[in-house]
Amino acid sequence: MSEREQHTPPLPAPSLWPIGFAIGIACVLVGLVVSTAALVIGLVVTLVFGGLWVRDLAGKRPPAVAAAPKPAMATEADLNATTDRATFLSLATVGVGGLIGAGVTLPALGFGVLPSFVGDRVETKEVDLGPISNFPEGQYVIATYLEDPDLGEVTRRTAFVRNNGRTEAGEPSFTTIFSRCVHLGCPVQPNGPIDEEARQEVNGVELRPVLAASFGCPCHGGLYDSEGNRNAGPPVRSLDRYEFSIRNGNLILGRLFSVGDVDGTGAKARISKYYRAYPGVHVDGIEKWLYPIPTPGSTS
Amino acid sequence: MAKSTRRQQLEAVALYPVDWLEERSGLVGYTKWFLFRKVPHDISWAQTLGAATLTAFIVQAVTGVVLAFYYKPDPASAYASVQNITEEVTLGWLVRGMHKWGASVFIILMFFHMARTFLFGAYKYPRELNWIIGVLLLALGMLEGFTGYLLPWDNTAYWATVVGINLNATAPFAGPFLAQFLQGGLDIGPDTLAKFYALHMLLIPGAIMALIGLHLYLVVRLGVTSPPWSSSSAGRPRPETDGSRQGLIREPGTPASDGGQE
Repeated sequence: MSEREQHTPPLPAPSLWPIGFAIGIACVLVGLVVSTAALVIGLVVTLVFGGLWVRDLAGKRPPAVAAAPKPAMATEADLNATTDRATFLSLATVGVGGLIGAGVTLPALGFGVLPSFVGDRVETKEVDLGPISNFPEGQYVIATYLEDPDLGEVTRRTAFVRNNGRTEAGEPSFTTIFSRCVHLGCPVQPNGPIDEEARQEVNGVELRPVLAASFGCPCHGGLYDSEGNRNAGPPVRSLDRYEFSIRNGNLILGRLFSVGDVDGTGAKARISKYYRAYPGVHVDGIEKWLYPIPTPGSTS
Repeated sequence: MAKSTRRQQLEAVALYPVDWLEERSGLVGYTKWFLFRKVPHDISWAQTLGAATLTAFIVQAVTGVVLAFYYKPDPASAYASVQNITEEVTLGWLVRGMHKWGASVFIILMFFHMARTFLFGAYKYPRELNWIIGVLLLALGMLEGFTGYLLPWDNTAYWATVVGINLNATAPFAGPFLAQFLQGGLDIGPDTLAKFYALHMLLIPGAIMALIGLHLYLVVRLGVTSPPWSSSSAGRPRPETDGSRQGLIREPGTPASDGGQE
């Protein structure tokens, strides 16, 4: 028993190198997302501090006070020689094993996690809603379409589109609201009768005119006015909208963006526009500081 | 009492494989250590909730593996494959039902088990670590519920997961990234289904099994707690006791010493 205790390696003295090493690793991880320069700096810091740490552990031995209290059977020199070799071998095993482990784990972990953090799988698909003559002025039309027909029903989306005529500058104006509630993402419904007889289908897009005075969410009672501003319930901002363009007389829906609030109505509306955020995420007011980084993929 | 020669021969034949295994692995000894241990004399059905929870988990694991034979985790065929399991495959309805209802049973039993542990004070020294592991198991069990709910790929599954992921997104700072990790994009899509399937049947069950192993090891090492009204306490004797703690943990069955009452 006492012999085993003598072989206990003395604890290494406290050192700052591991902290520098950790900072380096953190810098590498941030750099992987943010910039190559930070990545390189992080690598250098990691290597430098890692090297210092290893040199510290392997080279200088702390005074063996802790291991000393019992009289040693062997001479101290023998003891040191034994523990040194054992310590070196343990460190070498841990070090080489760690390197191999990191070589396997880091790529796998990066593959598992990073695509979501760099916006890899986010792309905007434009949607052609057909000729703008299908959109009577001043009335909402429910446009339902498949964002990616290959993927099927899971990409079914609904937009509420209202032709506002022309702006003061003579540009065509449309209100293009995305149907997902900005509380937790349920499908918002227009409050008003749907004119099912005027239903038509244009290039796979279903169009149904509706007299929508407001929009309501069935899940938790969020209520929005006809411009998508929150009237009541838990939503934290106005309904998201699409960017739109008109090409060859067809209305094209583009990228989605989030809306703080809408001032005014129809063609005269002033919209405070933000990068698309998740439902429930504040884009304005003091709470926006809780979500400082735009969602990956929303800015491109 | 002398045994007949024939009986001795029979015993030798029966015990030979056991001895063979024990001599080469020590597994028989470990199994005895695991199974045949002293418990307080006044335990009741309440102490079986942990074993019941374990059974529920094993049911989930077994039925889950079998369901995976027939389930297809891609958006085009997931719903149809679940319908196929329910309607066409022999006994598919039963196994799917066991997995579906067993999931609720598992969660409910975890809560009952936790309540028993809490009310009996079984989380106290030296069992704090086991409580912590139990809390991790509870969280992982809930994650199993969350990821499994999407897999039938019907409207309930879809919209519940939309709401669940967006709930995650509202967490300050990390929320949007967490949501994006979970659904692999800005909206639920094929990546979400595949990812939830992998989490549901590989990552989380693996973690749960590892933690259950640790949980059970600690139960065996520390022993079963007596009920709070018990006159005796149980557990293996501590390997070393210093003077101040003397008497805190006793051999089962020995009378309580003064000042040593837990």
